[in-house]
Amino acid sequence: MKLQEYTQSSHNFEECMKCTVCTAYCPVLQVNPLYPGPKQAGPDGERLRLKDPFFFNYALKYCLNCKRCEVACPSGVKVADLIQAARIKYDTSPVKWRDRMLASTDFMGHLARPFAPVVNGVTGLGITKTMMDAMFKIDRRRTFPKYSAYSFESWMGRHEKEQAAFAEQVAYFHGCYVNYNYPRLGRHLVKVLNALGVGVQLLEKEKCCGIAMITNGMKAEATLHANHNIVALSKAVDKGLMVLTTSSTCTLTLRDEYPSLLGVDNSGVRDFIMMASRYICERIEKGAELHFKPGFHKNVAYHTPCHMEKLGWGVFSERLLKMIPGVEFTMLDDACCGIAGTYGFKRENYEASQAIGEPLFNQIKAVNPDVVACDCETCKWQIEMSTGYQVMNPISILAEAII
Amino acid sequence: MKFNTVIIGGGLAGLVAGISLQKAGRGTAIISEGQNALHFFSGTFESIEDAPGRITDLFAEAGIGLHYSPGVRLMPMGTFKKAALSLEDISLFPGPKIGSRALIVSFAGYHDFFCQFLAEGLEKQGMQCRIKMLNLPELEHLEKSPSEMRSVQIARTMDRIWESVVREVRILLRDEDTVILPQVFGLQDTSVPSRIRGGIPAQVVFVGTLPPSVPGIRTQMLLKRRYQLLGGTYLMGDEATGAHVHERVVHSIVTHNLGNHFLEADNFILATGTFFSKGLRSNPFEISEPVFGVDVEQASDRTDWYNPEFMREQPYMKYGVICDDNLRPLKDGEPLRNLFAIGSILGQTRPGLGSGGELAIRSALAVADQILKSDE
Repeated sequence: MKLQEYTQSSHNFEECMKCTVCTAYCPVLQVNPLYPGPKQAGPDGERLRLKDPFFFNYALKYCLNCKRCEVACPSGVKVADLIQAARIKYDTSPVKWRDRMLASTDFMGHLARPFAPVVNGVTGLGITKTMMDAMFKIDRRRTFPKYSAYSFESWMGRHEKEQAAFAEQVAYFHGCYVNYNYPRLGRHLVKVLNALGVGVQLLEKEKCCGIAMITNGMKAEATLHANHNIVALSKAVDKGLMVLTTSSTCTLTLRDEYPSLLGVDNSGVRDFIMMASRYICERIEKGAELHFKPGFHKNVAYHTPCHMEKLGWGVFSERLLKMIPGVEFTMLDDACCGIAGTYGFKRENYEASQAIGEPLFNQIKAVNPDVVACDCETCKWQIEMSTGYQVMNPISILAEAII
Repeated sequence: MKFNTVIIGGGLAGLVAGISLQKAGRGTAIISEGQNALHFFSGTFESIEDAPGRITDLFAEAGIGLHYSPGVRLMPMGTFKKAALSLEDISLFPGPKIGSRALIVSFAGYHDFFCQFLAEGLEKQGMQCRIKMLNLPELEHLEKSPSEMRSVQIARTMDRIWESVVREVRILLRDEDTVILPQVFGLQDTSVPSRIRGGIPAQVVFVGTLPPSVPGIRTQMLLKRRYQLLGGTYLMGDEATGAHVHERVVHSIVTHNLGNHFLEADNFILATGTFFSKGLRSNPFEISEPVFGVDVEQASDRTDWYNPEFMREQPYMKYGVICDDNLRPLKDGEPLRNLFAIGSILGQTRPGLGSGGELAIRSALAVADQILKSDE
């Protein structure tokens, strides 16, 4: 009895009942009247686009790809996938230099990281920001992420032997952020996993997951990355390793965006890719023990990144943090911080980006925590820039709390 | 993950059960695949006569004001419907006569509120009506995207600029004793409806719009916040895809997002609603319940499921899971020992519990009480 399965429409768009629930949860619609909204941009627009691509609306570029419409949809319509798929299919305008630059996170990291002190100094200067704004329309009010003096991969290279000594092993897809900007998060993960008796190894040369390419209209480049990563992931999975991650967006991309937006088959590896917070939670539930520093105290407010919400795994980060003796925990309301990867860096999106994040920023200021916890690097930049509060990955907080 | 109770479905029934159990110190989780029927909630319950105190207390603790006054409410088509318990912003009247002159006010460009129907309905009751459209500059940004000028978008603006509505209505008001406004107030700031009432020198009646329902979304947000403040785990956007049942005891359920990480519990509550929310599924051969495969009441011949007269009452709308006296669903005629069903998935199999919101609340409280009693 596969009648319904056999007649399923792409991204389930024919399941849309026009109930309008998604429109109530779209953060863009609340601040940008030029955006047609998820229902119109997604399933409604799809019916027209299928008739004639003429109906493709360039305002679809205002979609954040936050997936909140999908999480809210009672009918299982993949609203955000429909919008991104339409952008990939119908928007054939050449990719701007700026977007190409913003999207090529590992290429840029590769170039910039060896000169980190100089690059960090220069990108912090007002004149650089003004120039970037004028030349590339990258908003001058943004704070740019700093590059690290060493890469995580080089650090792992120096510790390969001691990691290999652990009887149990996992692989780690660290992503561009940990490699080029903040290797300390990778080291925190290694510390926590080692404390659980687990050694960490790198994949055989990972590439950027490619999400920024997908959202910036660079499907061909993104597909190259995806195919490369599937091979690297398969090698680890074939060795019987779980592949852990610390970024919710990389995770969602590897697990869900590859098949749904790029048509890249990941069925052999998908179930082995897991956020580290989930892996650690499960180990502890099964009886593994961590030893905590006495007297540790932190007031932590947790922000669930949009893509963590979509993965449905925020509960693991929540449980992990609540497990730490001395942590006072506040769950922040469901809300988007507004940055959405490269979106908020673009001059045309700056105001919308900050307006979307405002309720979250206000709540953080009202809660006044010691630190905000969050599993996403771009949320971290946005919240730190917009509130002044420090943002840490739950894994880093855990690493700080254990002996 | 292990809980005392896992509730499948995060609408009114699931949240009321979850809050009641959390309040009694039981650890629970709610799984909700997408948003729920509260987004279409009219704001009233038809005929809750018993235990309104218990219900109003539960809602008050969540920051939701309810008032109890059996009578009727004004519907969007200008008709009247029976109502007993309702949100504070919805007016209840002893009968269908609510005044002698009404000023009906809506917003230019807003298509989800039907002033003409309202006026026609009220004129039948002998009321004189005048319709006015407000042109507020603060709403102009919404008109740029006409398909998105919806209740919720207006309500977000109204949380900030409700005072200009009061000002405009005061200017328009002549000798009317009643002002009728669409329900687009108090999405985040719950004090707005009562402030509007305080600012207009006539009786102010808020009337429902096309979905999404602003008071409904507000109710959902506040109940969910209350549930989470009590320590409940709300898994949004996840779907229960199967269950592990052994010797008629449910041990755990499987979800789409958590995969091989099962949700274990001592008790399970099925609050998944009916066809729209996929609590019940149908194909040309049968109607079934997808998570546990419990028995669903239905006519054996498919042609008896529906009435070919489309606008008539449709038999399938009364179908629901078959339960024993303790609201435990039957599977192959025998109850599962630690599974309970609440809310609209019961269909009209329990006419005594009412329908809609009433059924949701009554059955949720009854099952929460049972779980607490059996724990003792």
